[in-house]
Amino acid sequence: MYRLVERRRLWFLISLLGILPGILFMIWNISSAGTLLPLSIDYTGGTQWEMRFSEPVAPTALGSVFVEAGFTDTKAFLVDDERTVQVKFKNIDMAQKEVIEQAIVERFGEFDERLYRSIGPAIGAEVSQAALLAVIAASVLILAYIALAFREISHPFRYGVAAIAALVHDVLITVSFLSIMNLVLGWELDALFLTATLTVIGFSVNDTIVIFDRIRENLRRHRGEPLAMVANRSIIETAQRSIATQVTALLVLAAILIFGGSTLRIFMATLIVGLVSGTYSSIFTATPLVVAWEEGSFLPKASKAVRAREQTAPA
Amino acid sequence: MRNQYVFVVLILILFAGSLFVALPIDHPLWLEEGLAPGVDTQRDIRELTLGLDLKGGTQVLLEAEISEDQPLPEDALNSAKIIVEQRVNGLGLAEPTVQLQGERRMIVELPGVKNPDQAIETIRSTGQLEFVDLGGQPVRPDDFINTTNRPEAVLALQEAIIAGEAAPQSIPFPDETFETIMTGDILQAVVATQDEYSFWQIQFDLKGESSGDFFTYTRDNIGEVLAIVLDGRVLSTPVINAAINDNGVITGDFSQDEAESLAIQMRYGALPIPLEVVDVRTIGASLGQDSIDRSLQAGIVGGALVLLFMVLLYRLPGLLATVALAIYVTLNLAMYKLMPVTLTLPGIAGFILSIGMAVDANILIFERMKEELRSGRSLRLAVETGFSRAWPAIRDGNLSTLISCAVLYWFGNNFGASVVKGFAITLSVGVLLSMFTAVFVTRTFMRGFLSTQGERLLGSRGLLGY
Repeated sequence: MYRLVERRRLWFLISLLGILPGILFMIWNISSAGTLLPLSIDYTGGTQWEMRFSEPVAPTALGSVFVEAGFTDTKAFLVDDERTVQVKFKNIDMAQKEVIEQAIVERFGEFDERLYRSIGPAIGAEVSQAALLAVIAASVLILAYIALAFREISHPFRYGVAAIAALVHDVLITVSFLSIMNLVLGWELDALFLTATLTVIGFSVNDTIVIFDRIRENLRRHRGEPLAMVANRSIIETAQRSIATQVTALLVLAAILIFGGSTLRIFMATLIVGLVSGTYSSIFTATPLVVAWEEGSFLPKASKAVRAREQTAPA
Repeated sequence: MRNQYVFVVLILILFAGSLFVALPIDHPLWLEEGLAPGVDTQRDIRELTLGLDLKGGTQVLLEAEISEDQPLPEDALNSAKIIVEQRVNGLGLAEPTVQLQGERRMIVELPGVKNPDQAIETIRSTGQLEFVDLGGQPVRPDDFINTTNRPEAVLALQEAIIAGEAAPQSIPFPDETFETIMTGDILQAVVATQDEYSFWQIQFDLKGESSGDFFTYTRDNIGEVLAIVLDGRVLSTPVINAAINDNGVITGDFSQDEAESLAIQMRYGALPIPLEVVDVRTIGASLGQDSIDRSLQAGIVGGALVLLFMVLLYRLPGLLATVALAIYVTLNLAMYKLMPVTLTLPGIAGFILSIGMAVDANILIFERMKEELRSGRSLRLAVETGFSRAWPAIRDGNLSTLISCAVLYWFGNNFGASVVKGFAITLSVGVLLSMFTAVFVTRTFMRGFLSTQGERLLGSRGLLGY
């Protein structure tokens, strides 16, 4: 029998390494920018404007039109191809838009308005509060559901808490990913990232439940066996399914990531990272946590834990 | 096992039915009419309803421009919605919508609008109500006319129609200008009430200082038709039955809705509350088409890969599962048309993810089946145990996904994040349907196969892939 949950020191260390960049980034960001994560205009308010011209256009040249109009914090960059530029700056009204539009047409010719979004700061703040509320509400409801679904085995509440811990783990991993991508490509937390995170939560819980369900069944079938052994057995027995599901999901997500275009890119990349993390956390976070709670020791030396178990296990 | 054949036939009938709904063909009238109960028109279900992000258009979030701590006048937002709706309908777009959101906001969707900036200005502008002398001309409600107060109304409309910014309207007298007797300022209170015979009518009170002029006019024109006009459009053409001093009624063959709508328009020719644009989002038609093409491409490639993987890994059960998956996709598309679901880009993402969940359910079952076969169980027993043992995990997993969907839906509905809402709807519809196809349909197929080809299957491990 493999000793998986006994090696939890290692698994927890790996998780910590994955989570740490996000934590450090959030500390740095809140001290430098005042928010935990770099927020998109969905949350801060502002304008996002994507234009496709008939000829290639240099983003910096286009950006200078905005700077001259008084919007000094304008960011302009290419999307999809050399003719398409996206500009981000502060929230404006219709009259201001018209003035800038004229200046752009004068300098660069007519363009096709691919996307225009202008949102006031008050709305953004409201949305971000609701987002936080949504994550908390979903977590509490899922915790309640798991406690209910596992009510027949002892300490059902522990399974709920462990599943939520795995879920928080996955959210923190996606935050780490976002932090790194922010430094590399300037990605921001937008409404789609929130959607991705909530999907990751759903899948993470789904993965955890598959293993917990097997533990629930094996506890009944192998009465008297220590929980650690039952847990290891359950992980191994569900491993094939975990891999097969992971592969199919990744096949679909990779297809969308590659063919799906720029609108969905951040969404899909976040989902892929979250999904891998979700499978990892169901095996290496949630299950060891339940065992650790039972044994009352969270970070045992692997060999010690095995010995301790062999002493208590029936021969 | 005769039951299994009944089920197989039922599943095939359901499949054929949903395929018929899902295909982009003309559907029989009874179906289209049945989908719009209580309304005179039928609903066209030839194509899926696409969101603004896929077909292009503008979405505007309007907010009452009154300070937060001050309560809105009762019903003000509802009245504003009716007026905005009328203006939006005048823009000549296919299926524009106006929805209230919360207590101070409304969302206006303008699909395929050519000049979004101008359209928004039209919606927010203040209209003016007039009482107009028709001079005996046969003018009807919904006609457009010039008045001395707005002599350019028809000309402006004609230009807008030519520019494609307004729908064609009835303009019976393009060259005439009718005389404005009074503007809506003289109205003090307007309500829709019922008379003693329960007929709906509109009762109005006039402000004291102007009623003198109105009294003289109505006294001299008893029996003549008077037009009530808003921004050049005729709302109603009542006959003057008596001289009106400081109050009067408009009677006619009104339904309750018509009477209330007319009362609101008379009360607020102008918007009852100023509206401010707090969020505007325009998606160009080219970007929308791009997204459709790319999603389709991604869907085909992703679907083919999953199919290949399932057949390679699970052989015959895998093949049956992909057939169940084809039924699943068709059922989903049919549901989108029937409900109806407006398909957005995140909605497509939710749909594709629900396919992932459906496949996962089958993987759980087949892995379980292989386990049972390896431990030496008979084929029939292994199949049954595979389904029954995998069920609790599928149920719990799907229910927790539905819980997150409910939270997402609530979040999207209350805070204008329609992006998130579309995702939650398709994912939850998908999860619900997948419990049916991945478990019930696959199991029925498996049982049907077992009862006819069971012997052959037993001899061939390759077909079962264990």
